Amino acid sequence: MEKKVLLGNEAIARGAYEAGCHVATAYPGTPSTEILETIARDYRDIKSQWSPNEKVALEVAAGASVAGARALAAMKHVGLNVAADPLFTFSYTGVNGGFVIINADDPMAWSSQNEQDNRHLARAAKVPMIEPSSPQECKDFTKLAFEISEKYDRPVIVRITTRIAHSQGIVTIEPKQDVPVKPFVRNFKKYVMLPVHARPRHVFIEEQHLKLKEYSDTSGLNRIEWGKSKKRGIITDSVAYQYVKEACPDDSVLKIGMVWPMPDRLIREFAAGVETLYVVEELDPFIEDYVKALGIPCTGKEIIPICFELTPEIVDQALNGRAHPGKYPKYETEPIPPRPPALCKGCPHGFVFSVLGKLDLIVNGDIGCYTLAALPPYSAMHTQGCMGAGIGMHLGMEKAHGPEMARRSVAVIGDSTFVHSGITPLIDLVYNRGTGTVIILDNRGTAMTGHQDHPATGKTLMGEETHALDLELLAKACGVKRVVVTDPKNMDEFERIVREEVAAPEPSVIISKRKCILMK
Amino acid sequence: MKNVIFAGVGGQGVILASKILMEVAMNAGYDVKESEVHGMAQRGGSVDCNVRYGEKVYSPLIPREEADFIVSLEMLEVLRKLDYLAPAGKLIVNREKVDPAPVQTGAMKYPSDIEEWVGKNVKNAVFVDTEAILKELGTRKALNIVMLGILSKDLEFTGEQWEAAIRSLVKEKFLDMNLKAFTMGREYKETA
Repeated sequence: MEKKVLLGNEAIARGAYEAGCHVATAYPGTPSTEILETIARDYRDIKSQWSPNEKVALEVAAGASVAGARALAAMKHVGLNVAADPLFTFSYTGVNGGFVIINADDPMAWSSQNEQDNRHLARAAKVPMIEPSSPQECKDFTKLAFEISEKYDRPVIVRITTRIAHSQGIVTIEPKQDVPVKPFVRNFKKYVMLPVHARPRHVFIEEQHLKLKEYSDTSGLNRIEWGKSKKRGIITDSVAYQYVKEACPDDSVLKIGMVWPMPDRLIREFAAGVETLYVVEELDPFIEDYVKALGIPCTGKEIIPICFELTPEIVDQALNGRAHPGKYPKYETEPIPPRPPALCKGCPHGFVFSVLGKLDLIVNGDIGCYTLAALPPYSAMHTQGCMGAGIGMHLGMEKAHGPEMARRSVAVIGDSTFVHSGITPLIDLVYNRGTGTVIILDNRGTAMTGHQDHPATGKTLMGEETHALDLELLAKACGVKRVVVTDPKNMDEFERIVREEVAAPEPSVIISKRKCILMK
Repeated sequence: MKNVIFAGVGGQGVILASKILMEVAMNAGYDVKESEVHGMAQRGGSVDCNVRYGEKVYSPLIPREEADFIVSLEMLEVLRKLDYLAPAGKLIVNREKVDPAPVQTGAMKYPSDIEEWVGKNVKNAVFVDTEAILKELGTRKALNIVMLGILSKDLEFTGEQWEAAIRSLVKEKFLDMNLKAFTMGREYKETA
């Protein structure tokens, strides 16, 4: 059989292809972006698309599934927050064609605003979740997820983390299964979640949960690997499994590949077979709390950090007491200058933030490359939370201090982020009589994640020409009368415009339009 | 198991270098794994790739004190990675300096004695001068492959195995240049 070195994300794309997936959707976000990029590049039979945000992506995939296709939606951990609303209810409706959600967590917040552990979301939404621990498993588990989805009538989440998504390994290549698109069958008791339908669906998914618990115990996704020694038993999942196998090669391991629902019988059997029980997992004590709730004592977060990602050394130190300080002296002649990520030379955002810094404005920022302007040398961003938050926060500041506040503050947001989540808060700013200024940093693409197209670029993920959303018209349609389009490279002109718009006692939108310096 | 870290700054092409090494190792029958960084960390920040190959590889991350080779495409980056070097490990450092932001703004100094300090404290370290090679190749983009060529002398794979891997991973348009870059690296004479 052919073997290939693939990135975890590429292996997921391959798995979707081999499973006969028909439709794939996403909004780009590190560390999940390459899944859809790979599908669009290598597996053109799958209809793939960037959606404006993760909520829409999940809904499009849900629609495809309900209509009978195998569908996949991919997103980063915070993207699943955006898509949580449809997730929690499509959990009730279930599926027709297999429905798989790829969720990429980012322990260490390498490229994210938080370190949330989305295993909790599987439990909260009552959706089965499986967790690959290698590129090979990325492919195998994605294929399996479609089968579980169809067999149990549930959406299925495949949870990966940065070290799974962005690590490469050898993957066996298999042929594509041809799976026909099933017909759509009208069934409003299943697909229309009126309260009267939601109640019996809740009963149904609790029944399915019990069947999935049985599956969790017996499918092999969760498995006991008895080691040379049964003195110490370690329950572990995701990439932590690899660290445990490396640091503790003789110990017995319960490998969790399906983290929701958990395998009660296997846990009890494993715990009974070893002298002391440990849980090694990244971020929250999700497995640990579950094991303890079963009445089984174990050691976990007492020795394994709850913050940041794990490494093989952390596991070795915690379980074997071996420190890894380094074998060479420390360089101490001079301080080692850090190399923080920074805006590129000639970046259009640089012009904007030079001006905003000069005018000493309070800047409500957003998610994108431009968030780096919070750092020196610009130091010109003062709040930032999640996709689209800057505009709402800008209005909130005005509500707190009165219109005077809007005379010395702005909101900045990228073009892709604006389409993702900036439109509704702009509507709010106008609707609730705000007078602030929103600067759309329009660099013609989703730059941070690698220049993906979005609805305002005029091109789809699959490379087709399409309507380009007109941001100027859109701002006007929201009720903003003062809309200015300008190139920030002319900094004097840009400064004049910012001064004028910030001073104006009514809502303004400045579209600061200049292509990302890295784009061809 | 062999552990190789490629270190550098965003845009220097450490990922392609690791991909080629992985391909060679896989074709030679080894298990391989790798870990890399994307996204925000790439915007001019420090980047590194961990490549591991052997009978069976579990962790995609190389533990500290276990790297057999650290190939640094930039001088300063080697200081950040030194804790990863095994007692018998080797450093291969390109004598190129890329100023980090705090140096550009004048807030900090680029350490001036890296080579001297490393020479004193790390037994097995070589500093290489790729400037002339890159000039002859006519592109700085080939630095990653030149450094891979230099590393290749210390690994067990043949020139043919390397060439096959490069052929399978590099785009036609850049193939000749990259093959040449690799050969020039492989023929580079180290002065320890």
